[in-house]
Amino acid sequence: METNNDNLLTISDLTIAYHSKNARLLALDKTTVEIKKNSFVAIVGESGCGKSTLALAIIGLLAIPPAKVETGSIEYKSVNLTALRENDRRQYRGTEIAMIFQEPLTSLNPVYKVGDQIAEAIVVREQRKGGEIDPETQVMQKVYKVNAPEIPSRIPRIRRSGLARLLREETLDALKRVRIADPEQVIDRYPFELSGGMRQRVMIAMALAQKPALLIADEPTTALDVTTQAQVLKLMKVLMDEVNTSILLISHDLAVASQVADRVIVMYAGDIVEDAGVYDMFSEPMHPYSKGLLSCIPSGSKDKARLKPIPGSVPNLAEEQIGCKYVSRCPSAMNICSGKKPRLIEVKPNHKVACFLYGE
Amino acid sequence: MENSQDLDSNILVTNGLKKYYPIRGGFNPFSRGGKRFVKAVDDVSIKVPRGRTMAILGESGCGKTTLARALTLLSPPTAGEIIFDGQNITKGKVDYKKLYREMQMVFQDPDSSLDPRLKIRDSVAEPCKGLLGRDEAQINSLVLSSLAAVGLSSEQADRIPSHLSGGQKQRVAIARAIAPQPKLVILDEPTSALDASVQAQILNLLLDLQKNFNLTYIIITHNISVAEYLSDMLVVMYAGSVVEYGPSGSVISKPRHPYTITLIAFAPVPNPWKRNLLNTEIKGEVPSSINPPSGCKFHPRCPYAEKICSEQIPELREISPGQFVSCHFAEKTG
Repeated sequence: METNNDNLLTISDLTIAYHSKNARLLALDKTTVEIKKNSFVAIVGESGCGKSTLALAIIGLLAIPPAKVETGSIEYKSVNLTALRENDRRQYRGTEIAMIFQEPLTSLNPVYKVGDQIAEAIVVREQRKGGEIDPETQVMQKVYKVNAPEIPSRIPRIRRSGLARLLREETLDALKRVRIADPEQVIDRYPFELSGGMRQRVMIAMALAQKPALLIADEPTTALDVTTQAQVLKLMKVLMDEVNTSILLISHDLAVASQVADRVIVMYAGDIVEDAGVYDMFSEPMHPYSKGLLSCIPSGSKDKARLKPIPGSVPNLAEEQIGCKYVSRCPSAMNICSGKKPRLIEVKPNHKVACFLYGE
Repeated sequence: MENSQDLDSNILVTNGLKKYYPIRGGFNPFSRGGKRFVKAVDDVSIKVPRGRTMAILGESGCGKTTLARALTLLSPPTAGEIIFDGQNITKGKVDYKKLYREMQMVFQDPDSSLDPRLKIRDSVAEPCKGLLGRDEAQINSLVLSSLAAVGLSSEQADRIPSHLSGGQKQRVAIARAIAPQPKLVILDEPTSALDASVQAQILNLLLDLQKNFNLTYIIITHNISVAEYLSDMLVVMYAGSVVEYGPSGSVISKPRHPYTITLIAFAPVPNPWKRNLLNTEIKGEVPSSINPPSGCKFHPRCPYAEKICSEQIPELREISPGQFVSCHFAEKTG
């Protein structure tokens, strides 16, 4: 049933802190994000700004404890994910919300062939889909008879039942879709036999084989070379249209975000400081931190212009701060900034910023 | 005549530098015959001008780090010569103490190149003690002045590395390299582990230090914008060989080798109106350095490749003043 609400994901007032014996580290401070259907959103920020915590919270892979969801909700297709129990939550993982991690070698299972790992994803998808069977893949009917337990891996069982062979066609399609050269050979390789770029493609193939509505990519290209990075990003962009998936890209690289995203969200020390369409963000960045980040990217030679780095360093998240967290590094800090925290407000249509320079 | 002038203006010159790593047979019974090698650095000849910055640009596995290690004799080259400050350091007995007083290296990851149990002050003093003797007062003043030069306070000098941030650790690594007052500093990916705002701080610090201490830099990097910002000369490597080198400005604004052209086209720029990343194509992946393609190593991926490219290794030719390109069709690509 379609609702009029075209938000795929609504995060409101989400506060997450990591607790240790004698400290409370505020990773996300009343974060509010909306992600529309079929959009490509990039969350940009430096290490420790909370962008990965946000990603893990959405897919439900936060280690609780030490992390604790203190306030707020994550609403996905009108279901509050934070209120679900782990067993129900698992049904969303993979087929509804999928995730690609930074280092593909550590997220692929080293003892299974990549083909089998993708096949497993397809089996899970078909199992969850239950009744409605894709007419093209009637072979899946046999899959349903495999009464596989959820954990541990179903791969040995799938292999023994001879289904891996039947799934081969669809697995090959998944590999072809991510434009891997020689899919017939790659399907029988182990992760260590592939290059970094190919591994990341396998991860994407696996994530997309489950046809998720939302794909979270946490620094998917940081471990890759520039040429491979471009290939992977381009692939994600093309597949987004083919599979109808929204993408949430987590990155530290504003340049990468500008190349692929429709919307860019800038985070600083657990706060969203600016949220705007990609063209607005780069033609008219409003928050001093966004401006500072942009001026940190070297372009041209030292003889032309010297870089203007942001002075100082990120604040300690374990210390409670009343005002704006950027105040100590901000060139346009005012009296009010250290006394009160600015809210994220819409200053222009579809351009939100959390800064007292723009009213309130 | 020309040669001596060359040596004067260039602090470091290499001729046909090679670094091969032998592959052991393993379990394969057929590999016993001829010995095979990973040709990590294959026939590299570069000249580093005094007081300037040379950037070595390339993707992972292209041999740029191996080149840095060969230049510093940390892994001695297989063949070829290195002339540093007028002295051939690949021939005869090398005075390592003298060499490392004048040539220092900053490694990629400050986390693994700093002793986790030593105070910062001691980490920086350690190489000075070995290289300059044990004059406590002199070493102490060198340590303090180099720490001050990179912007670390004496209070921070008493901390251990785990109490510092990533940017501060990189500052310590730089301070340690400049403490013996070297002429040449080789930096291996000095900012790739750092955040954007910290990277900008370190880049500016490097420029300041170069001016104040009259340093020559060789910077190993995969980041084109970092290379462009810091360097005067740019060397582009692919699969162990130099494919293009020359003044940074002209290599970046008018790249002639097809590989340099793609590399620059693929560098993401923070500009959503210019989505070069999505409009560029390249086929294939970086070749293996054990069995590199015949002829030009880039030919299987090159859009300009013709028959000659798979048969003949292209020479480095001077295409425009100071800009050398190893491509049979360098005139066509520009």
